[in-house]
Amino acid sequence: MDTVRLFSQFVGGSIRQVLRGHALYWSWLAFLLVLIASGAAAYWRQVADGLIVTAMRDQVSWGFYIGNFTFLVGVAAAAVVLVVPAYVYDWKPIREIVIVGELLAVSAIVMCLLFVLVDIGRPDRFWHLLPPAGRLNFPDSILAWDVVVLNVYFLINFIVVTHIVYMAFTGRPYDKRVVVPLVLLSIPMAVSIHTVTAFLYNGLSARPYWNSSILAPQFLASAFCSGPAILLFVLQLMRRFTRFEIKDDAIWKIAELMAYAMFLNLFLHGAEAFKEYYSNTEHLLYTRYWFQGLGEHRAMVPFAWTAVTLNVTAFLLFIIPAARRNWITLNLGCAATYAGVYIDKGMGLIIPGLTPDALGEIYQYYPSMTELRVAAGVFAIGFLVFTLMLKVAVPIALNEFQLKPGPAVRHR
Amino acid sequence: MKSDAPGTTVSRRQFASCAAAAAAGFLLTGCGPRRLHEMPPDRLKDALREMERRYAQQFGAAVTVSDEKALPGVEFAYALDLSRCVGCRRCVYACVEENNQSRDPQVQWIRVFQMDKGKGVDFSEADPYYAPPAVPEEGHFYVPVQCQQCRNAPCTKVCPTGATWTEPDGIVVVDYDWCIGCRYCMAACPYGARHFNWGKPAVPKDKLNTKTHVLGNRPRPQGVVEKCTFCIQRTRNGRYPACVEVCPVGARKFGNLLDPDSEIRYIIEHKRVLVLKEELNTLPKFFYFYAT
Repeated sequence: MDTVRLFSQFVGGSIRQVLRGHALYWSWLAFLLVLIASGAAAYWRQVADGLIVTAMRDQVSWGFYIGNFTFLVGVAAAAVVLVVPAYVYDWKPIREIVIVGELLAVSAIVMCLLFVLVDIGRPDRFWHLLPPAGRLNFPDSILAWDVVVLNVYFLINFIVVTHIVYMAFTGRPYDKRVVVPLVLLSIPMAVSIHTVTAFLYNGLSARPYWNSSILAPQFLASAFCSGPAILLFVLQLMRRFTRFEIKDDAIWKIAELMAYAMFLNLFLHGAEAFKEYYSNTEHLLYTRYWFQGLGEHRAMVPFAWTAVTLNVTAFLLFIIPAARRNWITLNLGCAATYAGVYIDKGMGLIIPGLTPDALGEIYQYYPSMTELRVAAGVFAIGFLVFTLMLKVAVPIALNEFQLKPGPAVRHR
Repeated sequence: MKSDAPGTTVSRRQFASCAAAAAAGFLLTGCGPRRLHEMPPDRLKDALREMERRYAQQFGAAVTVSDEKALPGVEFAYALDLSRCVGCRRCVYACVEENNQSRDPQVQWIRVFQMDKGKGVDFSEADPYYAPPAVPEEGHFYVPVQCQQCRNAPCTKVCPTGATWTEPDGIVVVDYDWCIGCRYCMAACPYGARHFNWGKPAVPKDKLNTKTHVLGNRPRPQGVVEKCTFCIQRTRNGRYPACVEVCPVGARKFGNLLDPDSEIRYIIEHKRVLVLKEELNTLPKFFYFYAT
């Protein structure tokens, strides 16, 4: 069968593609593999001894893992939303940017699912979520909604990107009737995965810090900062190491959009802080725990103000045109955005949401070594997936790695 | 802490045959393992006998696992007299023993909070770790908190797998064999009533309460959530919960809300009654009152 032959050539060619690279490429892979091995060893112990090897307890029953999960849902969502300006402003390498965005989304979702998997107490029962053998408590449980939208989003992006790359490989144009509707669908889906993830927390009346309707818009605003921040790094790296052409204008435009998103993010944070501090109800406790600490419990305070400083710095760097056009300040701004949103949405969302606990007890949570190692391992898996997929997709997009008329695979 | 219970180490051969049997069972029944309350009666019976066999081996004692169903016309409710409670925590320990809670790491379904008489019921000022030489302490009162068995329970709503639900007699229960340990219910509970088995639960062999209920005090595995069940193994057989029985000052009352002559109905109708966090509309069936 022709398709089978073509596909096996695609797979074989991809494997050869992945196995070729410079010393830098191999050291990057080795670095990721070391992190993965360390994470796997830590996770192995966690499975055997239980989540007691983490710092989570009944009082703070979610921690670093779920924080990372939340952050990465944002990254996955924002990567694809870049498709909109790419269309509107007619950036030249639109197909490439869409592919990179979708590959980033796919890798981020892989990390999201892994973070949920490492967080649950019975990973062996993961299939209980999957009908028909399992049972998904849909539509009551927002977690059930999240399982559905994350998997649908994953599938859409995976299908689109595989289709585009595979068709480019075989030298045929991709099927617009498939790709365009799916890409368009992926945009509201991107918004929905992050909205549903916000609703996951938002719907809990037991936790006043989360039970605020500003949560979902604020999630989206911060996601539109952090997702593009990663993408800007990736695009610059690709410009450097491949023949990929990306206009400076495209990069500056992304930075400008990030400035608006960051403004919105800061504004929504400010609106929430005003409400809490001015009304000064008993619900102020959680916000105070984050920004000021409660009594001697001040472990979160440096994180809170670091995040504020980073976010404000990033905003200023990106709102000034000269600063976002300067490569040094641009990259500083990206790093500040990434770090600021990461702290805010990882630690800053989960920990004060659960501290003090439902009955007023303050348990000082700080991730254990196991949690840090497992999380680093999950990130490494995500970056590995992303790297390998880019390694195959970029040469194909550049027509460097493609099926010639005739069965041979052409190499550069 | 290492698991040293017999039967937890599995040889490759055992594993292969178990896996094959499980796969065959899965194909034959078409649905594989099911949630307890969805199992057909004969399969449930087999599952209970299997549990009894496993626990007997693990603890070296005859264990019964009952699946006593809710009685028609019964809805359980609880009332706690704040003016009587002296904060002795006997209820906490009676509960641990009755319900086979883990001793190491410690799991306790009841928590008692010491509060300041000048401040009233305010959890942000409460102390769950009070340890004076004698209770009650001057100027303080005590608020024990356990599962409030809400009618509008936030915990069952959020469970992604339907592993926790409200029984017809109003008891919120967990299927320990279906829970995946995601702890969403713990985030949703406004009363801190749900507890997770962070490590392998340890109950000394000679301390095991061998009369168990499948939805209640049977030994739990690592990595799942557990909670107060109003001592389902006792109350469905016409007995009081262990905490009611042990309370030295008679602060704890329990009964059938649907029986107009019950003590619980008398209290609700004649005393000043309150529920915790009323504004959340969880509609607890656990009432606090001041008898004097």
